[in-house]
Amino acid sequence: MEHVVIIGNGIAGVTAARHIRKKSDKRITIISSESKYFFSRTALMYVYMGHMRFEDIQPYENHFWKKNRIDLIEDYVDEVDFQSKTLKLLQTPPIHYDQLILATGSKPNKFGWKGQDFHGVQGLYSKKDLDLMEQNTRGISEAVLVGGGLIGVEMAEMLLSRNINVTFLIREKTFWGNALPESDSNFVTQHLNRHHGLTLLFEEELDEIIPDNSKRVKEIKTKSGKIIPCQFVGLAAGVSPNIDFLKKSELETDKGILVNPDLSTNQKDVYAIGDCAQFRTPINDRGPVEQVWYTGRMMGETVAQTIVGNKLNYQPSHWFNSAKFFDLEYQTYGRVWAKPKDNETSFIWKNDKEEVLLHFVFDKDSKEFKGINTFGLRLRHELFEKWLNEKATIQHVLKYLKTANFEPEFFKHFEKEIVESFNQEFDEKVELAPKKWWGKLMKDKV
Amino acid sequence: MGTTINYSIAGDKTQNLNLMQKLGLTLGAISLFILLLTWLTGLTLTPNWLYLFILLFGFSAGPVLYAIGTYKGLPAGIKNNGVYFNSLTNRGALGWIGAIILTLFYVCLYWYGDWFGDGTGAKGANEGTVALFDPLSQFMRGAPADKWFLYGTFYTVAIVFLGVKFMYKYRKNRYHFIRTVVVMFSQLVLAYILPYVLEGLNATAGGYYSLNPVNAWPLNSDFLTGYRIDARIAPENQPLGVAYMVWGIILFLIVTPFVTYLVGKRWYCSWFCGCGGLAETAGDNFRHLSDKSIKAWKIERWLVHSIMVFVMLMTVAVMYSYFSKSEFKLMMYFPAWVGYSLLFGLLGLAVLLFLFLYFKGKGKSRNFMLVGAVIGMVMIISMLFSYLGNSSQAFGINSNTIKKGYGFFVGAIFSGIVGVGFYPLLGNRVWCRFGCPMAGYMGIIQRFKSRFRITTNGGQCISCGNCSTYCEQGIDVRAYAQKGQNIVRAACVGCGVCTSVCPRGVLKLENGPEEGRVNDNPIIIGHEGHPTLRR
Repeated sequence: MEHVVIIGNGIAGVTAARHIRKKSDKRITIISSESKYFFSRTALMYVYMGHMRFEDIQPYENHFWKKNRIDLIEDYVDEVDFQSKTLKLLQTPPIHYDQLILATGSKPNKFGWKGQDFHGVQGLYSKKDLDLMEQNTRGISEAVLVGGGLIGVEMAEMLLSRNINVTFLIREKTFWGNALPESDSNFVTQHLNRHHGLTLLFEEELDEIIPDNSKRVKEIKTKSGKIIPCQFVGLAAGVSPNIDFLKKSELETDKGILVNPDLSTNQKDVYAIGDCAQFRTPINDRGPVEQVWYTGRMMGETVAQTIVGNKLNYQPSHWFNSAKFFDLEYQTYGRVWAKPKDNETSFIWKNDKEEVLLHFVFDKDSKEFKGINTFGLRLRHELFEKWLNEKATIQHVLKYLKTANFEPEFFKHFEKEIVESFNQEFDEKVELAPKKWWGKLMKDKV
Repeated sequence: MGTTINYSIAGDKTQNLNLMQKLGLTLGAISLFILLLTWLTGLTLTPNWLYLFILLFGFSAGPVLYAIGTYKGLPAGIKNNGVYFNSLTNRGALGWIGAIILTLFYVCLYWYGDWFGDGTGAKGANEGTVALFDPLSQFMRGAPADKWFLYGTFYTVAIVFLGVKFMYKYRKNRYHFIRTVVVMFSQLVLAYILPYVLEGLNATAGGYYSLNPVNAWPLNSDFLTGYRIDARIAPENQPLGVAYMVWGIILFLIVTPFVTYLVGKRWYCSWFCGCGGLAETAGDNFRHLSDKSIKAWKIERWLVHSIMVFVMLMTVAVMYSYFSKSEFKLMMYFPAWVGYSLLFGLLGLAVLLFLFLYFKGKGKSRNFMLVGAVIGMVMIISMLFSYLGNSSQAFGINSNTIKKGYGFFVGAIFSGIVGVGFYPLLGNRVWCRFGCPMAGYMGIIQRFKSRFRITTNGGQCISCGNCSTYCEQGIDVRAYAQKGQNIVRAACVGCGVCTSVCPRGVLKLENGPEEGRVNDNPIIIGHEGHPTLRR
C-alpha cells in the first residue's frame, strides 16, 4: 500500500488527507509538531478571549482520525531525504513515504528589530504562540502591536478583552493600507477608534525594544523617538513560509517552496500546499504566495486529486475573503485593489451610524462588475461568484442586490438608498428588483 | 509538545465591578435573601405586598442593571468575552451553587410545597414564601396564591426581565429583538395573565384545564386526558371550554404541522414556547454547555423520539379509557362509536404516516418511523382485543398509572430538575433537545417536510467553531458549514445565535423552496475545474 505522508496538520494538510481518503485506500500519515489534532488557526484568538476552549476549535472529534484511518504523529521533522524518500524525525524512527505533501504553514515575520528576542516579544501564529501569549500577558496592563494587518487587529481584540491597553504602530498612512482602499481603510479605523483602550499610531514604526533587568520588555522606542511603556510587544507584520528545515536540501525554494501549477515541486512525488507554497508563475492576478485559509483548503483539495490519480492543476476561481475587525464584519468578492487598476472606477456607499460600507468596483466603459468590499453587511457568495463568472454589469448587480443580501431576517435593508445614490452619482436608472428566492436567480443567465 | 495551558485561570487581573453592576448585584442578593429566608424558615413577612415588591423588583431589576453595567459603552456585537473563565458559566463553583439552588427549588415545588408555606397555615392560609404572593394572586384571580402561582410568577419575571437583558446584549440585532419581544409577550400575556384572569372570571368553575392557548399537545400531555376533556365540555365552562378544545385540536393537527412546514419549528421553540422562552432568556448564558458530540446526538434521537412515542401512546391509552363506556361523558353529545372511530381512525392515520416516512426517509433515523408504526399497530390490536373483551384497560395497564409515571419521570424530573435545574451544568436546552415530545413531533416535520434551513454562505467558513459552541441544541453546525452544506436538522430551534456569533457571515436562517434544501454533495465554491466540486 502506498504511503502518503503529510507534514503539517493545518487546513491545507488536513483537507488533502480527507480528500485522499475519500478517493483511495492509501495509507495516510500526518506529522505535526504543533498539536496532535487539527484545529482552526483563525480561531486561536477566541480561546484567549474565553469564547471557546481549545478543544472547541478542533473541527473533528478525536475519534474521527482513527475512523478515517489517518495516522497522526506528533513530532518534528528534522530532515527530509528526497533520494531515499525518508523523513528523519526528532523522537520517532525514520518514516518512508511514497508521496510527500509539505503543508508546513507560516511563521511570524521578524525584521531584525533591535530587541526582538526579549521576553514578552512575540508573534501569533501557532498554538505555541498562543500558549506563550497567555504567559506573557498575565497581569500586565500595556501592550504595543507592530503592523497594521489582520493578525494585529486580532491581537488587539484579544488584549483588550483582558483589559490590556494597546498601542498599535501602523507603518502606513491608513489601516491595512496595502490591501484596502483608503475609504475602506478609514472606515475600519473609525470603527477601531470606538473601542476604549486602543490607540492607533499611523506612519509610526518600531525602532527598538527596551528591556528591564530580567530581559523582559519594559518599553519601546519608535522611529520618531517616542517612548511607549509596555510589558508586551506583539509582532504582527505578516508571516512568511515556514521552511527553514528544508533550506539546505535539494528542494527548490525561494520565499516559499517553489511549485508548478499542479503543486508539484522539483522533487519527485513531493508536493507543497498552503502557506508554504510559492507558485513559479503566479495564477491570474494572484500573488505567488497565498496565505489565506481558503486557498490552503483549495490547494489541499487539488493536490488530493493529483495524488489519487486525477492530475489537476490549482485553478482558483474568483478571489474571496472575509475578516472581522472587532465587531465590524468584512467580506470581499472579486478584486477591490488598494490602488484601482486602469479603467476601474468605484461606487462607494456608506452609512456611518449603522456602520455599513459597500465598495463596488467596475469597469468605466463596459460597466463590468469587478469586485466588492462589504463592511457590516453580509452578501451571498454564490451570487457574486456567478456574477463575476458571467461578467455581469454593475447595474445588474445593483438591481438584484436585495436577493444577494445575506443578513439575518428582519435586519435593516439599505438597497433602496444604495441604488438611488448610485443612480444619482452616475446618472443611471437602475431599478431595484424585488427580493427573489436566490436559488431562482442562480438559474437565470445574466 | 502538546502541553495544555489552563486558560481558565488567566486574566487574573481583578476586574472591578462598576456602580451599575454593584447595584444590580445588591438588588439580586436582597431578592435571593428574601426568597431563602421565607423558604428555609417558613417566616411570614408582613406586609406581604411590600416584601413581594422587593422580591420581584430585585429579581427583575437586578440582572437588568448588572447587564447594563456590563455591556454599556461597548459597541454592539458579540459579548462572549470570558465565558469560559467565569465560574458561573464554566461549571465552576458558582455554576454548581446555582444548579443546586435551582434543583432544590424544583424538588420543593413538586413534592414539598409545604416548604414554601403553600396552604400550611390555619384554615389552609398561606405562609412563608407563598404568602408573599397572596396580594398579586388576589388581584389577578381573586384567590390566594399557591406554589404554582409562585412558580408561574417567578417564571414570567425571569423571561421578561432576562429577556430585556438578552435584547440589550444582542442590541442592534433585529432578529433577536423581535423574537424576544414575542417570547416575552407569549409568556406574560398568553401563558400568565390570560389564564389567571380567566380563572378569576370563573372560567374553570366546572373543572380545571390549561387556559394557556399556546400550550400545545403533545407538550401539554394532559390535553386529551378524560377529566381535562370533561372540564372543557362542562356546562359551567362554556363557551370558553369548547373553544379551547377546538383550538387545541386545530393547534396540533393543523397549525403546528403547517407553520412548521413554512418556517421550521422555531416558530414554537424559540418564539412562543414557555420552556424555550426561559431557555432563550434566563438560560442564554449557559447555551455553550450543550454536548456537541456525535454520541450525544445519538442519545438525543433515541430519547426524544421515545418520549414522543410514549406520550402519543399514553394519550391513546387515556383516551381509550375515557371512551370506554363508564367514563364517556362526551356520550351526552355523541354515540360511542364516534369516539371509537375517531380514536382508531387517528391511530390508523398515524401508522400510515410513520410507514410513509419510513419508506420515504433516508439514513438510520427512519428506523424510528418503523418503531412508531409497529407501536401503533400493536396499540390498535391490543385495544381491539380489550374492546372486544369489554375491558376499560388499554394494553392491560391502567392508563392512570402510565400517566402518573410520566408526570413523575418526564414532567417533574426531566423537564423541571434536569431541564432547568441543571442549566448551569448541562446547558439551557436539555429538556427541549432530549425530552420534549412537541419538539420531537415538529422535528420530524422540520427534517423531512419544511421550507426552513440554515444556509451556508458558499466557501466562507473558517471552521472556527463559534456556531457549534454556542448552539444550545448541541448541533455541530460547523460540521455542515465547513463542507458548504446547509444545516437541516430536526433539533434546530432556530434561535439564530449561530448566525450572530459567526465572525465571517456564513450562516443565515431562511425559508425557501424545498428543492436543494438538503445538499448532500455541496459545491464548495472558489475552485475552478475541480471534478468533484464543480459540475
